[in-house]
Amino acid sequence: MTEISMVVNGKSVKADVADNTLLVDYIRESLRLTGTHVGCDTSQCGACVVHVDGKAVKSCTMLAASAQGSDVTTIEGLANGDLHPMQAAFKENHGLQCGFCTPGMIMSATDIVARYNASGKELTEEAIRDELEGNICRCTGYHNIVKAIVDGTSKMTNA
Amino acid sequence: MSELKYHKASNASEAASMISGTEDGKFLAGGQTLLPTMKAKLAAPSDLVDISGASDMIGISISGNTVSIGAMTTHADVAGNPELNAVCPSICALAGNIGDPAVRHRGTIGGSVANNDPAADYPAALLALGATITTNNRDISADDFFVGMFETALDDGEIITKVSFDAPEKGAYAKFPNPASRYAMVGVFAAKSSGGARVAVTGAGSDGVFRQSEMEAALDGAWSPDSVSDVDVSADNLLSDIHGDAAYRANLVKVMAARAVANA
Amino acid sequence: MSEGIGASVRRKEDKRFITGKGKYTDDIRQENQAYAAFVRSPHAHAVVKSIDASEAEAMDGVVAVLNGHQLTEDGIGNIIAGWAITSKDGSGMNMGAWSALCTEKVRYVGDTIAIVIADTQEIARNAADAVMVDFDILPAEVNPEATLADGAPQIHDNAPNNQIYDWELGDEAATDSGLASAAHVTEMEIINNRLSPNPMEPRAAIAIFDEAEDHYTLYTTSQNPHVARLLLSAFYQVAPEHKLRVVAPDVGGGFGSKIYVYPEEIACLWASMKTNRSVKWTSTRSEAFLTDAHGRDHVTRAKMGFDANGKIVGFKVDTIANIGAYMSLFSSVTPTYLYATLLSGQYDMPAIHGNVRAVYTNTAPVDAYRGAGRPEATYLVERMMDTAALEMGVDPAELRRKNFIQSFPYQTQVIMNYDSGDFPGCMDKAQAAADVAGFAARKAESASRGKLRGIGYSSFIEACGIAPSAAVGSLGCGVGLWESAEVRVNPVGTIEVLTGSHSHGQSHETTFAQLVNDRFGIPIDNVQIVHGDTDKVQFGMGTYGSRSGPVGMNAIVKALDKVEAKVKKIAAHVLEASEDDIVIEAGEVKIAGTDKKMAWHEVGLAAYTAHNLPEGMEPGLKESAFFDPINFSFPSATLICEVEVDPETGVTDILQFTTADDFGVIINPMVVEGQVHGGIAQGIGQAMLENVVYDDSGQLLTGSYMDYAMPRADDLPSFTIEHNNVPSPSNPLGLKGCGEAGAIGAPPAVINAICNAIGNNNLSMPATPSKVWAALQEVSTQQAAE
Repeated sequence: MTEISMVVNGKSVKADVADNTLLVDYIRESLRLTGTHVGCDTSQCGACVVHVDGKAVKSCTMLAASAQGSDVTTIEGLANGDLHPMQAAFKENHGLQCGFCTPGMIMSATDIVARYNASGKELTEEAIRDELEGNICRCTGYHNIVKAIVDGTSKMTNA
Repeated sequence: MSELKYHKASNASEAASMISGTEDGKFLAGGQTLLPTMKAKLAAPSDLVDISGASDMIGISISGNTVSIGAMTTHADVAGNPELNAVCPSICALAGNIGDPAVRHRGTIGGSVANNDPAADYPAALLALGATITTNNRDISADDFFVGMFETALDDGEIITKVSFDAPEKGAYAKFPNPASRYAMVGVFAAKSSGGARVAVTGAGSDGVFRQSEMEAALDGAWSPDSVSDVDVSADNLLSDIHGDAAYRANLVKVMAARAVANA
Repeated sequence: MSEGIGASVRRKEDKRFITGKGKYTDDIRQENQAYAAFVRSPHAHAVVKSIDASEAEAMDGVVAVLNGHQLTEDGIGNIIAGWAITSKDGSGMNMGAWSALCTEKVRYVGDTIAIVIADTQEIARNAADAVMVDFDILPAEVNPEATLADGAPQIHDNAPNNQIYDWELGDEAATDSGLASAAHVTEMEIINNRLSPNPMEPRAAIAIFDEAEDHYTLYTTSQNPHVARLLLSAFYQVAPEHKLRVVAPDVGGGFGSKIYVYPEEIACLWASMKTNRSVKWTSTRSEAFLTDAHGRDHVTRAKMGFDANGKIVGFKVDTIANIGAYMSLFSSVTPTYLYATLLSGQYDMPAIHGNVRAVYTNTAPVDAYRGAGRPEATYLVERMMDTAALEMGVDPAELRRKNFIQSFPYQTQVIMNYDSGDFPGCMDKAQAAADVAGFAARKAESASRGKLRGIGYSSFIEACGIAPSAAVGSLGCGVGLWESAEVRVNPVGTIEVLTGSHSHGQSHETTFAQLVNDRFGIPIDNVQIVHGDTDKVQFGMGTYGSRSGPVGMNAIVKALDKVEAKVKKIAAHVLEASEDDIVIEAGEVKIAGTDKKMAWHEVGLAAYTAHNLPEGMEPGLKESAFFDPINFSFPSATLICEVEVDPETGVTDILQFTTADDFGVIINPMVVEGQVHGGIAQGIGQAMLENVVYDDSGQLLTGSYMDYAMPRADDLPSFTIEHNNVPSPSNPLGLKGCGEAGAIGAPPAVINAICNAIGNNNLSMPATPSKVWAALQEVSTQQAAE
C-alpha cells in the first residue's frame, strides 16, 4: 500500500491505495466519481480522460501513486457554476447520444482548446478531428461532436 | 494487473539504486505502453520504479546545432518546444504525431526508445539522426542501441538519461499509420547531414527499426524524392499481417521515404 | 420555441451525461459487493476433460467457483433462439445446445466454462486464471463455406455438416426462367464482412438475491429489460417472473449487441442465489471482442438478369450465413426474414429467389447488429446494380431510375408489401445536393493532383418496426412485437409516460415528451419518461429494429388518445358543455369559441378529487395502451459518396457524403439527423475499416482496438442530410424509423465510389488502404498486359 494525497476537483483527498491501483479506479471506486468511464483496456478509447495538473491524460494508463501531489480535474469538477461552456455546447449541438464517451470527449475538448489558445494556433474542424484521435464515439459519427467543439471553442474564448 | 511495489525516484541515481534491490523491477516512465502491457498480463514486474519525475532527466537543451533531450521529456514537450523547432523541426513534428494528445502528455522519449517497439516512431528518428543514447553508465550510438524487436543494448537496471544528436541540414519523418492502432505501419525518417544521408525505417521490419542503405547511397548521389523512388525495395524481411502484406509495406517504404525527402 | 412534433428540441437527458452524473450499470455498487470473473476457453474447439478449481478456491477472498454441472443440476435452461426457421424440406432447425457454462465441450475462444465469485474484481480475475481446465483439443473450423464440407469438424452433434437450416424464399422456377430470358446477366460473389458492434459501454451486470423475500434484481446493460426477464424466467428458469426485477439503467449504446441475454448475465443471477451475495460483473473490452455477438458474415453468390431495355427480369441469390458456435436469440431470423425479404430493394423485380444456409463455425455467435440482415441485402443489391451498370455501359443512377418502383402499395416477390415511398424523389434530391453535375470537373481537378476521384450510389429500402405480431408469428417468431405505453396524469397536471421502449442513446426522454407536448401543450419539463425497469413499466418489447418510433411512440399516442377522451369528458361535465365542443390547446381545456375553460392541472385535480365527475366515471387519469401496427414501416433513401484515392498508398478520403432520406413524419429533426450520422459512420466503418478476423485455428486476431479499426473523427467527413419524407400510412403518427438507415445504406455507396475511382470492380469490404492499393496494382498489371 502507498499513501497518496492529491487535490481532486478542488478538494484535498488522501488515501492508502494498493500500489497497482490505476488512477481511474481510484477516482471511480474510492472517490466514487463515476463520470470518468472505462471503455477499453488498450489506452485508446479516451472515455477515461481527466486533467492532471492541467493536462488531459488517460486515467486508465496512469497509476494513482504517480498522481501523488497532483491537481486532478474530472468531468464532475469541470464546471465553475452550472455548466462549463463546452458542456453547454455539447448539449446545444447534440454532441452526445448514449453519453458514455461524453465525459472523456469534453475533457479532451477543453484541453484541446486550452492548448490551441495558448499556442495561438487556429482550431479548424480538420484540427479538431485530428486532435480527437484518442477519443472514440460509436453513436454520433463525430459530426455533432466536431460542431460542438467549434461552438464550445468560441463560447470558451468569449466567456 | 498483478501486485507490485511502487517506488518513486527523484533522480537517475536514486532510480538506479531503487531498482537494484528489486527481484524483477522495471522502470516506469510515462507508462503508456508498459501499463497496458501489464493490464493484459503480458508483463508482471515485482516492482515499478517511477522515473517520470526524475528531475535530472527532464528538459531540452540546445547548444548551437547540438540537441540534448532528457529521457523523461514528454512527447508533448518535445513537440511544443519552440527552440527545438527552430533547429530541428522534424523531431518536433514526429513527437507531435505519436499516439494521441493524452498519450503525448505522459509518454516520454526515453520510455519509447528503451521499449524499442518495432512500430514506434522515435527509434527511426534516432537512427537516422545518428543520435547518442546516454545512460547512467555510458554513451551508446543509435546504430548499436537498437538490437531487434523490443530489444536494445541496455543492460538490466541501466537507465537512459538523455538522447542527443546534431540537428541535420535537412530531415523529415513520414508516417503511414496502421488504421486500427495508429502506430506506424511504415515510418521513414530521412536526414541529410555533413556525414551523408541516413534513412531509417520503422514499422515495416520483421526485426525492428533498420537503415535503408540503398536509399542512403542514392540520396548521397542526389538528395531528391526521385532518388529514393527509383530504389528497388525488397519485401524480404518485411512484416506481413492482417493490415498489410510485405509487398504493400515495401511500397510504403518507398512512398514514405520520398515524402520524407520532399518534406525535409 | 415549439416543443411539439417537428421541433429540434434540445435533449432533456443531456445534463446528467455532460456533468458525469449518468448512472450506468458499472457505476452502481451494492453493500458488500462481490465480483465475478469467468473462466473462458483459450481454444476454439475442445473437449473439457476436467476442471480443477482447488487452487482458485483456496485463494484469500474467493467466495466460490461454480461450473456448468452445478448449473445444470440446478435446472438452469439452455440459451434459446427466439425464431424458428423451417428448412425448404420441411424440417426444423438443427439447433445445438448452449449452456451458460459449458460442461462437455467448448466451441469458440471465449466460451464460458466457470464463474468465479470473489470479494474484489482483481481477486476474481486472478482466481479465474488459477482454475485449471484440462482440454482435449479438437480441430476447429472458422470458414462458413468450409464448415459445410464432408470431413469438417462436427461442432454440434445434431447439426450434420454444421448446417442449421437450408431455407428459401421466392419462386425459383420463375427466377430461373427470367434469367434464361435475360439479355444480360450480372454474376457476383459478395462477402459481407464480420463486425463487432462495440457500444462504448461494455456489458455489465449486477445480480442481487434477497433471501428473505426470495426475490432477485438484475441491473444490466439491456436494450429490452422485459424480454430479458421473460427469457431468464420462462426459458432459463433462474427465477420466476414475479420474483425477478430487471433494470436497465443508463445504457451506453447497444446497436443490437445488448438485445440478448448472454451466459454471463445468467451465471451472475444464478451465482447470486448460490452465494447469497450481490454479484457484479463488468466486461473488459477484450472480453467484449471475444463474446459480444458479432454481426453480418455472409458469403453470397448471386445473378441478376436484365432485358434489353435494362429492366430487371430475375434475381437469384445463394447465401451462406455464419452463425458462429451457438444460435443467439435473433440469429435465425437475421439472415432469413430480415434479409431475403428485402432483396427486391427499391426495384420492380418480377422474379426473386433467395436461398440461405445457416452454418455453425468455431467463432463467437453472430446475431443482429445495427440493420441486421438489411445491410447485407442492401449491399448485395446495390453492388449488383453498379456492377450491372458498368457491364452494360449505362449510368448507374439511370439504371436505378429505370427500375424504381413508382406506385404504392407495391407487393414484392419476397413477402414485403411496401406501403409508401418516393424513390425518384430521393434520387433527385441526393443528386442535386451532391452536385453530381459538377463531378466530372472535380474528377479532373483531382487527376491534376495525381489523385483518383470516384462517385458511388446506394438506393435502399428497409423494413422497420419488426411487427405486426400476427405476421411475425406466422413466420416463426416466438413472441409478439407490439409495444406498450402508459400515460399517467398526476393531480397537479404533470405527466409520466411509461414505455416499453428503451433508450440507450436514442433520446426518448426528449422525443417521447414532445408527443405529449404536441397533444396537450404541456411543457416537456413537466413530462417524465419512465423506462428500463420491469417493476415500473408493465411490459415492453424494447428497442431494436428502429421500432421505438413506428411502434413505441404509436403506443404512447394510443394512450394519449384515451387520456384526451377522458379529459374532454371531465371538462364537458364540469363546464357543462358537449364533449364535442371541448378542445385542448396550449395546456388549457376550453369550450371551442368561448372563453370558458379549465387549466390543465384543474382537470387533473378534478379527476383525482372525484368530487364532480360524470356519472359512472372512475376517478383518476391514467391510461395504458398496446400498439401493434398493421405493417412494417419502410424508410428509404439514396446515398451518394464521393471519394478521392491516393494511388501511391491506396488511402481513400471521403470528400462528400450525401443522403436524401424518407423517414415519414419526423418528431425531432436534430435527433433524427444524429441517428443518421451515427449509422453512416458505422456503415463507413464496415466499408473501409472494420473486420473481425480469426486465424485458421480459431484464435481471434482482432481482439482489441489495436487491430480492430474503429472509425475515428479523422476517418470521417461531415455529412449532408436531405429529407424527402412521405408519411407512413401504416401507423397513426406516420413514422418510419431512422435508427439503422445509415448503417444499412452507406457501405455500397462507399465501395461503389472507390471501385469507380480506381477502375477496378473487384474489391471487398473493408476497403483498407492495402486492399485498394492491391486492386490498383491489378489494374496496372492488366493495362501493362494490354
